[in-house]
Amino acid sequence: MRYSILSLATQAFHNHQHWPQIVTPEKLKSHYNIIIVGAGGHGLATAYYLSRNHGINDVLVIDSGWLGGGNTARNTAIVRSDYLLPASFALKHFALELWDSLSQELNFNLMYSPRGYVDLAHSDGELEHFMLRANAMCLGGASASILTRRALAEKIPSLNLDKQSRFPISGALFQAEGGVVRHDAVAWGFARKASDSGIHIQQNCAVKSLQVDNGRVSGVVTAQGAISADRILVAAAGGSAGLMADAGVKLPMQPINVQAFVTEPVKPVLDHVVNYNAGLSYISQSDKGELVLGGATDGYLSTARRGSFARIEDTLQRAAQMFPYLPNLRLMRHWSGTADIPMDGNAIVGKTEIENLFIDCGWGYAGFKATPAVGWKLAELLSGGQLPEMLEPFALSRFAEGRLIDDAGIGPYPWLH
Amino acid sequence: MLLIPCPHCGERDENEFDYGGPAIDFPELSANTAEWHRAVHLPDLDECNLEEFWFHAAGCGCWIKTQRNIKTHEFQVFEQPNRGQS
Repeated sequence: MRYSILSLATQAFHNHQHWPQIVTPEKLKSHYNIIIVGAGGHGLATAYYLSRNHGINDVLVIDSGWLGGGNTARNTAIVRSDYLLPASFALKHFALELWDSLSQELNFNLMYSPRGYVDLAHSDGELEHFMLRANAMCLGGASASILTRRALAEKIPSLNLDKQSRFPISGALFQAEGGVVRHDAVAWGFARKASDSGIHIQQNCAVKSLQVDNGRVSGVVTAQGAISADRILVAAAGGSAGLMADAGVKLPMQPINVQAFVTEPVKPVLDHVVNYNAGLSYISQSDKGELVLGGATDGYLSTARRGSFARIEDTLQRAAQMFPYLPNLRLMRHWSGTADIPMDGNAIVGKTEIENLFIDCGWGYAGFKATPAVGWKLAELLSGGQLPEMLEPFALSRFAEGRLIDDAGIGPYPWLH
Repeated sequence: MLLIPCPHCGERDENEFDYGGPAIDFPELSANTAEWHRAVHLPDLDECNLEEFWFHAAGCGCWIKTQRNIKTHEFQVFEQPNRGQS
């Protein structure tokens, strides 16, 4: 069914009791052309673009939990493309172009709000580096500019620009297309369209292992039996490492905890996404009025899925440096997730040494913003095409070959991200 | 929240420490690229009993070595790093 003012009126007349389910439950088949392990944003986007761009509908998306219940629902919903290195920039820039029209295309309101991303600099040296980054972005086709202190004061009146503060603000990088997207809606929107075109989406059914014979993958073993497939994509975030290790492929990733939290809702006070760079603390206001905050990782290996107060305190102290009114608010909710961060902090996407087995993982806590672009490019790869140029730098083989994409320039220390 | 057992100061808040990462057996400098790749990118980490280093910056100022279960955050035993070896 197509969502419209008419469908809304009709359903209102029936007391909203007869909305069809977003995903039609289907009986599992014994064979699919393509199986995608992981029904998060990336897996569902790949399924959708397989159908939309390549006409392939014989696809199963399977997940041990529910739709978009993993890291798709555990991020701070920020989208932006302010990256210096060409490989990191290209995918996120392509994603921003797609976010722009995705709500109309999916007939599902993703609430893409290009409210502008403001990246604060705390020294002249840092501001100079931001100019380099802004220039690189402009060369890549994005729009980016530098805000002076005066421009910042006009744009964000509540920002603390006191020169006596601990890390005074000297300017900022600004990307107008950056903003937020409602993360849950991304999973639901892609799932609904994929399901409409006949793609099967199976929730609450764990994939236990991959069937590999003679260096070629032939299917998966699930809680409901074995299913064979011509090609398989593993897009299971933290779950990918275990599955791939069983199949004999060791992934260079380490699990680290990341936290985010929201305050009680207040009237509109902040209409941009703002990032504090002396340490890390990013903040935006949701449509409900809650201030959404996030910071760096907990900084040590953990699969506990529970956060530490040290990081909460750290993130809030930095946020309060930006907006001194913040300590008057109470925190309402807090969540954390396990990010699997590769040794250079960048994702692993593309082919593996096992034939017909593809991978998309290791996005750490930077995967949400790239969702539609990764789906688009992976669909190209899975449909039997060549490896897209945009994915080539993210090959698993780059670690052995020494071609790391080290955005932060810190070497093989994933816990520093 | 971690309470890290420092051999000099007792159990102390994680706030006082800098993380030094897991203890990894690195090969000799003369080892080939493949060996270094395995050691740097694909170390065998025991998630139930991970050996790692912490620097007690706001305490005794020493590097300490601990063993921790990264799922439950339980520390098993601890010792000072052996300064005589790498």
